Amino acid sequence: MSAQTISVEQVKALLEAAVSGCRVEIMQNGSPSAQHSLVLDNEHAVEAARFLREDPELRLDFCSNVTGVDWLDAELSEKMKTKKLVDGVETEVEEIKKTRIPGYLEAVYHLFSMKKKHGPVVVRLRTSNRTDQTRVPSLTPVWRSAEFQEREAFDLYGIVFEGHPDLRRILMWDEFADYPMRKDYVPPADDDEPVHAAGEGTQ
Amino acid sequence: MELDQQSVQDLKAELSKHGVFTTTFEELYNWGRKNSVWPLTFGLACCAIEMIATTMARYDLARFGAEVFRASPRQADLIIVSGTVTKKMAPQVVRLYNQMPEPKYVIAMGACAISGGPFRDGYNVLKGIDRYIPVDVHIPGCPPRPEALIDAFMTLQKKISEQQLTGAGRPRHLHAELPSEFPVPEYAEHGLEPTENAEVWNPLKVIQG
Repeated sequence: MSAQTISVEQVKALLEAAVSGCRVEIMQNGSPSAQHSLVLDNEHAVEAARFLREDPELRLDFCSNVTGVDWLDAELSEKMKTKKLVDGVETEVEEIKKTRIPGYLEAVYHLFSMKKKHGPVVVRLRTSNRTDQTRVPSLTPVWRSAEFQEREAFDLYGIVFEGHPDLRRILMWDEFADYPMRKDYVPPADDDEPVHAAGEGTQ
Repeated sequence: MELDQQSVQDLKAELSKHGVFTTTFEELYNWGRKNSVWPLTFGLACCAIEMIATTMARYDLARFGAEVFRASPRQADLIIVSGTVTKKMAPQVVRLYNQMPEPKYVIAMGACAISGGPFRDGYNVLKGIDRYIPVDVHIPGCPPRPEALIDAFMTLQKKISEQQLTGAGRPRHLHAELPSEFPVPEYAEHGLEPTENAEVWNPLKVIQG
């Protein structure tokens, strides 16, 4: 099986057949690379990951990369045409319907097979939100190479990997409280050069 | 008889023409010091590669008497801060500087060491090591070429040779009451505490409006 012959649809079908109850969602990548990815549900993620590694057809025995993505709360605006009574006459009115999409954090895994020489298969895990429900299952028990990179995603994005053997900050110091790679992170301004209004004493 | 500086220099020049060499204790002492500066074996990023190149055969920092890079701060009298100082590394840099015996000197090498450089807006980059320790020579460049480091080194040598042993203008290490150690910043929730040492950091003021 070469890189061309492995598609996300195939992997999704194999996964859903092998792991009962597993919900897999395909996330399309519209760019020319067309590197589509699979979103796994958190309850079955570890079991599904183990299947991806062990299945003789897939044999995804190498996790090359783990990273995080921060999806902010978004607002979707849709133009809707509705009929309304305006001055007693029924007329068609264009309304903008706004839907709020709550944000979440994502852990992204890039999987390859050394045995079968194919890949990458991109797998994503999602948290419920970006504030208090930031848990996803750790895939370190399946791929040992994920250990430090999951720690990095925890350090910089605040994704809590349940089942990780040693979840500590890895780049920032332990006392650090923020998650600097989140999109709404603002670095402290107090270590910038002092700015004075014009007219104040110059040096 | 009291002689002014110019007369002393004229007299020395005149005597040397007749094969008589005179000097002062201060000159002799500084001449010895400036020609055997021992830098600390300490590199942080890509600038360190240029620093290494400076010490090798092509550029040969040994010509200036500074080839003995010491692996211990206790034996070094120059720290070349060569590269990006991350906030996680900054306390260690200050601690290394504190452990060096006086008289000691600092060269901040490259854009990162003097200001944070291209990584200035990063969440983990110190915006210049001169916030915590007194820097003698700043070298811009990304990274500076070995010639620039040699130029900085010669600038430092000139600075050393002009230091007075007595009088009000004498350097820090000859003032008993001035500090030879500087506070080591601590890791805090949002960055380093304190963010600078006001006693050594004299930034240019940014005027807005």
